[in-house]
Amino acid sequence: MLATARTVPDVLVFIASAAIILGGAVGVVASKNPVHSALNLIATLIGIALAFVEQEANFLAAVQIIVYAGAIVILFLFVIMFLGVDRNESIRLEPLAGQRPLAVGAVAVVTGGLIALMAAGGWYSGATTVIAPTDPSNDVGALGKVIFTTYLFAFEATALLLIIAVVGAVLLARRPPASLDAAQRADDRDVAVGEELT
Amino acid sequence: MNTVAMPSVHYLVILPEIILTVAAVGLLIASSLVPGRLRSSVGTGVTVIASACVVVDCVFQWVDISRHGPSTTMAHVIIEDGFSVVAISVLAVSLGLSALVADGWLCRERIEGVELHVLVLASAAGAIMMAQANDLVVIFLGLEIMSIGLYVLAAFDRRSARSGEAAMKYFLLGGFSSAIFVYGIALVYGATGTTQLGQLAGFLSANVLRSQGLLLAGTALLLVGFAFKVAAVPFHVWSPDVYEGSPTPIVGFMAAIVKVGAFAAVLRVLASGLFTQQDGWRPMVFALAALSMLVGAGMATVQRNVKRMLAYSSISHAGFVLLALWAASPRGTAAALYYLATYALLVVGSFAVVTVVSADGHEDLTSYRGLARRRPLLACSFTVLLVAQAGVPFTTGFLAKLGVIESAVEHLGWPGVALGVIAMVATAVSGYFYLRVVVLTYAAPLDASPAAATASTLATSRPRARLAALGSGILVEDTRDGELVDHAEVYGAAPANGETAVPLATAVAIAVCVVPTVVLGVWAGPLVELTTRATMLFHP
Repeated sequence: MLATARTVPDVLVFIASAAIILGGAVGVVASKNPVHSALNLIATLIGIALAFVEQEANFLAAVQIIVYAGAIVILFLFVIMFLGVDRNESIRLEPLAGQRPLAVGAVAVVTGGLIALMAAGGWYSGATTVIAPTDPSNDVGALGKVIFTTYLFAFEATALLLIIAVVGAVLLARRPPASLDAAQRADDRDVAVGEELT
Repeated sequence: MNTVAMPSVHYLVILPEIILTVAAVGLLIASSLVPGRLRSSVGTGVTVIASACVVVDCVFQWVDISRHGPSTTMAHVIIEDGFSVVAISVLAVSLGLSALVADGWLCRERIEGVELHVLVLASAAGAIMMAQANDLVVIFLGLEIMSIGLYVLAAFDRRSARSGEAAMKYFLLGGFSSAIFVYGIALVYGATGTTQLGQLAGFLSANVLRSQGLLLAGTALLLVGFAFKVAAVPFHVWSPDVYEGSPTPIVGFMAAIVKVGAFAAVLRVLASGLFTQQDGWRPMVFALAALSMLVGAGMATVQRNVKRMLAYSSISHAGFVLLALWAASPRGTAAALYYLATYALLVVGSFAVVTVVSADGHEDLTSYRGLARRRPLLACSFTVLLVAQAGVPFTTGFLAKLGVIESAVEHLGWPGVALGVIAMVATAVSGYFYLRVVVLTYAAPLDASPAAATASTLATSRPRARLAALGSGILVEDTRDGELVDHAEVYGAAPANGETAVPLATAVAIAVCVVPTVVLGVWAGPLVELTTRATMLFHP
């Protein structure tokens, strides 16, 4: 377990994964090309997978790579390609004068404050994992158990969250009825019946 | 393979979520099976019936609690107590009324389909989850379900660019605030080793933390997340823009559901889970409450758009509920519950009136000039709703304000008194901007420039004309000399729309909002007793 036996390899892996995560995160924000941002995001997600491996959560590490790095970032890339890669947003534009230095200052203060509080504050040392200590070979079982007992309601609620997200996405992506007058709109409605939200 | 002991499920308690989800999914399925588009009135009917079912379920839950006391279910993440039951019934009533208001709007805008109803049903289910959650994870899920529905609803009027802009602002800032909220959950978990409020309270009362820093930072981030959702100053900047841009019937729903759901959750987290950490969070709530009351009331006085004015007034109302939260006492919790129950009706009703009056897209305050001539009953209802929000005696708004101020002043010492004084000042200021609209409503329709009208009405001495003079006098008074000409044009041009059509469903909704406001304001006993009893049944 993490907190009980902290060996030198553990610390080295942690430093390596932290460096990958942070480097990727900075890259996401700093790259001008959105494709590079997406690729940097993959680095961050792989770093997180590494951190999971280090804590012996092998299943979560695999999920992290397959679902996030594999599927979700690829979707991001699709969207970026569809919208056009070469359309570089001019990030030099500053709508409010002085907002950039102000943002940097505010972020520095908040982050510094949080780090100071965390360094000073005592971490609760009882539970080192969300699920009870278990053997790493059966972490899928332990995860399944916790989902259907402690987090049963949260698990079911997530279903509703997904439904509403899909309905919302379909509704927003549908072509707007434009500024048609009432009669035209009624015609349009009859034609559009086939491609309605299902 | 060892067997898994499934947690016991008390279905009566989670029935509200089940009813609303089944209604939403049922509508979706029906709309895909029926040839052509499902009529929106079907959606309205289903939504109203579903919310009525939830209210009936609340009655059964109340009986259950009276017999067996408050309890938790589903591995202690869901709570059944008097507080949650009253909050759920308020949410259900707001849902039903909003659906009625939206029905008239959908007919007027000729929007068919049931998507709006699916979204409001799911949003309300999220708010109900927040009201009865006993675990930070469930609170977060409820918050997200509610918010995602509202982001989409804000963009529902696809023909209006302002609606899209409002949704974009709401979505981006809401996303940030959700991230901050999750960060807060993570820090609280790090400090205590649990996200469940009961265990949290137990841990904190049994252990002395070596250092408060981590928990304090977590609490602060949670509070920022909540303050954003309820639009408390200084996390309110999104609210006027979103209220102005979103479709009007949605705004009433948004204001009621978010305030009730988020405040129910924050009351439970702070007053129940983190009760022992009062010294940490009360100063933060003090600042939020004082700023919200003052800035909300102050900014509302200078608004020209009725929706922006109501947005700032709702910021001010959030400050009043925070006042009761600051009190951190059973009396404060009861006062907050009473305030939320009355506020939900007032805000849904007010935006229902705005929906019908601003049908032509004129949301300027001047479009209310002479409303009493055109629609006496509507003007009378609007007057009651605004006057109640201002906190005038013999309305529920007065009792609500009295309750929260009492609960704050109960704390001897300067902070309670200071908050009480600030609340009085904010109430006095809010009287000005609410009554300004009321006076305008009863003013005579104006054809000439305000200066000329004032002169002519002063010459005649009929009472109504005097009132008109008063109205235009107030409006002229707060202008600078240079702007006078500009204003004259605006006021002269306003009441172009001849008649204001009030659909039957909207009229019913407005009546349901207005009648209790007066009846329960005069006959105060039942609701006050209900909320007090509800908080006596607060799960420890």
